[in-house]
Amino acid sequence: MSNAVRLERLCKVFEGRGGTGSVVAVDDVSLEVKDGSLVTLLGPSGCGKTTVLRMIAGFEAPTEGEVFIGDERITALPANKRRTSMVFQSYGLFPHMTVFDNVGYGLRIRKVPAPEIRARVRSMLELVGLAGTEGRLPSQLSGGQQQRVALARALITEPRVLLFDEPLSNLDAKLRVQMRLEIRRLQQRLQITSVYVTHDQDEAMTLSDQVVVMHQGRIQQVGTPQEIYSRPRTLFVADFIGKANFLAGTVRHVEGGRADVEIAQGRVQVPAEGFRPGDMVWLLLRPEAIGLAPAGAGRWQGRIAAATYLGSEIFYEVMVGGQTLLVKVGHPQGATPLGASDPVGVAFDEGSLHLVPREGTA
Amino acid sequence: MDGLRKILREPVLAATIGVIAVSLFLFVIYPLFKVFQMSVVEDGRFTLHVYGDLLSKAFERRPLYNSLLLGTLVALAGTAVGYLFAFAIARADVPWKRFFRVLATFPIISPPFVLSLAAILLLGRKGFITRMLFQGQWDPHIYGLRGLILVETIAFFPTAFLIMLGVLQAIDPALEESSLNLGATRWQVFRTVTLPLSIPGLASSLLVLFVESLADFGNPIILSGNFHVLSVQAYLHITGMVDFSGGAALAVILLLPTLVAFLLQKYWVSRKSYVTVTGKPSPGRLSVDPFTRRLLTVLCLGVSGLILLFYGTVVFGSFVTLWGADYTLTVKHYVSVFLIGGRYLRDTVILASLATPITGILGMIIAFLVVRKQFVGKGLMDLTSMLTFAVPGTVVGIGYILAFNERPLLLTGTAAIIVLLFIFRNVPVGIRAGVAALQQIDPAIEEAATNLGAGSGRTFATITLPLITPAFFSGLAYSFVRCMTAISAVIFVVSGRWNLITIAILGLVENADLSQAAAFSLVLIAIVLLALGLIQVGVGRVATSQMGYEAAG
Ligand SMILES: Nc1ncnc2c1ncn2[C@@H]1O[C@H](COP(=O)(O)OP(=O)(O)OP(=O)(O)O)[C@@H](O)[C@H]1O
Ligand SMILES: [Mg+2]
Repeated sequence: MSNAVRLERLCKVFEGRGGTGSVVAVDDVSLEVKDGSLVTLLGPSGCGKTTVLRMIAGFEAPTEGEVFIGDERITALPANKRRTSMVFQSYGLFPHMTVFDNVGYGLRIRKVPAPEIRARVRSMLELVGLAGTEGRLPSQLSGGQQQRVALARALITEPRVLLFDEPLSNLDAKLRVQMRLEIRRLQQRLQITSVYVTHDQDEAMTLSDQVVVMHQGRIQQVGTPQEIYSRPRTLFVADFIGKANFLAGTVRHVEGGRADVEIAQGRVQVPAEGFRPGDMVWLLLRPEAIGLAPAGAGRWQGRIAAATYLGSEIFYEVMVGGQTLLVKVGHPQGATPLGASDPVGVAFDEGSLHLVPREGTA
Repeated sequence: MDGLRKILREPVLAATIGVIAVSLFLFVIYPLFKVFQMSVVEDGRFTLHVYGDLLSKAFERRPLYNSLLLGTLVALAGTAVGYLFAFAIARADVPWKRFFRVLATFPIISPPFVLSLAAILLLGRKGFITRMLFQGQWDPHIYGLRGLILVETIAFFPTAFLIMLGVLQAIDPALEESSLNLGATRWQVFRTVTLPLSIPGLASSLLVLFVESLADFGNPIILSGNFHVLSVQAYLHITGMVDFSGGAALAVILLLPTLVAFLLQKYWVSRKSYVTVTGKPSPGRLSVDPFTRRLLTVLCLGVSGLILLFYGTVVFGSFVTLWGADYTLTVKHYVSVFLIGGRYLRDTVILASLATPITGILGMIIAFLVVRKQFVGKGLMDLTSMLTFAVPGTVVGIGYILAFNERPLLLTGTAAIIVLLFIFRNVPVGIRAGVAALQQIDPAIEEAATNLGAGSGRTFATITLPLITPAFFSGLAYSFVRCMTAISAVIFVVSGRWNLITIAILGLVENADLSQAAAFSLVLIAIVLLALGLIQVGVGRVATSQMGYEAAG
């Protein structure tokens, strides 16, 4: 039985109470999450990630559209019959139950015999590295341990789909990195279809098979982490993921997968698909794709405006033809960084450039 | 030692603590001591024979037994109704939530015995339902246990409602959603998650309602009939039989279960509550199926209907010429309210207005001392100032007449004794409001002020006070309401010179002048609403709900 999740043209409108107007939280979202893969929903606060997740779980009914797991249409199925398990940001551990009772909860509800519950809880706790904590209350555990209990509780019922709503944002930075690796390890080992909501792009990048970038209730782009980073399709995605320089330009000529783009600094040749001469574009230059050269060398000439020293690397702001470019360079031990108003050359490989459409007038 | 030295360096602070300690001793501890003393000392010798007399014969034990029975039943019924209301509003997404909320908080601001008055108007011997609907064929027996359960449940369920609403709203939605998510049905979610998490709140509510019922005086004095309860018996012993030691002993017997319940609530149940929310709560709330929602709506409508019927009857009754005989409408009772009742109104408003600001300021100062300062006997000050809340008014009233009837503390018959009684009975309201507000203020702000050279008094006046003003005013509002509607304690200390409207109403009910009593009650309610409105305009918002939490102890 396939446990792929399919969303078809999902919409959710929250009716405002007492004439406060309605909110379109999710707008025409279609998505396929392949069986056994992990997909993250990534986007700024309020973009509708949680709402999508809650419609998959069955906590919210879609205003329009359908939800499928495998071939089964579950849009009208009540939440407790969907066999989806959600891991909440606040963990949602029952404070009046021990770790054992928390983890075994789903099995007790399903009237699994007590000896089997004991055995399965034990092996599940071992799996998440919490053997021996059975008798404790959630309040006697650390944040990371609570998170593992929540994970164990969600996994033990062998759900068809695992749902995560920012499960790590209550943990400190170090633990967060460790836990996300662990979640990924478990998910791959159990081959469980997962939808993971986050607004942390590092998390999305390291965890996912596919990243879904959302903005204002709509899907902006779906792709692997590499695709999303190196070939964003909209200005929003390019800007939201990582740091980038944007140069306004116009396509002049297109030939063989390459576009001639005219920008303030001159003309560049950029790998491009689907653009036509006359299109207005943003030219995207990642800071790490730019190198600095001695003054006079490189493609363009500029002056250092500011430098931010970050240990192993340095961010420079370089003024080039009236525009500031952010440049990231590795900083070898002992080398003297460039100072403000030092003249430099700016170098980059045209193959690393990328175009996204630009609206409005130049 | 260090604390002591620190305080001695601040003479204003030391003086304030001293004055408050002395007043708390004089007006809280000493009267209670007098009650106790009166019950065990006879002709200068210690004896327990008063208790022996009161507890040896089955007949004499009735009031104790009755009070406990009534308290238990009202606690159960009131908590059940309160939980139902709270669940319907917090979880079931019933329609007309605002309407239900307002109705469920209304009994808090009305004098409690108004409900007894309504019960008599509806179900008494000349009652509207008894006479008009059943032509006297059916006697609902409202004088006694049944009637008391009815009116006290309506009077006190709001407290349970507010406690349980708070509890339900504090449960992280993720808990119930997790449960549903793991396969539980809506009913299993309730049984395995919502209900267990409500238990500390339910226990708290049961204890609080038990105390409220035991301490209630206004309803039983009107409605108890042959069902004798402790508060009324203590009063009758003293004013009717002039048997001070018997009255005092009954008061002590009344005090014991109340104190036990209070201490259980304060030191045991409140520790058991679950604090659950640790992150951003889910946006939604699990609701219930349409059938349950309809059922809960109907039940809420039923209770609301009953409340409306009771208060509506009082309104109607106040315009009727002679209840039970002549239902022609008239305003003559309102005319007499201002002709014969003007004095009572004036006295009540003057005394309450005198007591309220003092109560508020005293409460704030004590709150400030207890939350922010270290000094010897701090815990004792906290406990003592909260004590008057738990002690039934009857006990306090008896204590005041025993304590302040001779020089140098001769206060009986004066306005001062009533004002003092008001102040020390309501100061816990002010303290609670103050503590809640202070705990939200970062001590760093105050420390910053102190670093800049301000002394304790100055810090309090310039920094703390402005920050706690909203809580201060809601404390004021609630203590004003309590002054205006008080009866159980003040009935012992009113006099020919200074009398109160609630006492006048009681007299009218006893003389079966029901319509006149109804008119008085409504004028009283109108004044209370007016005052609340004024304070609300002044502060922007007086949280009725907050008042309820304070009432909930
Ligand atoms: N129950 C609700 N009632 C009304 N509006 C809601 C409700 N739930 C969500 N919304 C609105 O829908 C929009 C999307 O909310 P959602 O919680 O899905 O955002 P999100 O992407 O998860 O944001 P965050 O990162 O802050 O969690 C928001 O504007 C929110 O205010
Ligand atoms: Mg969210």
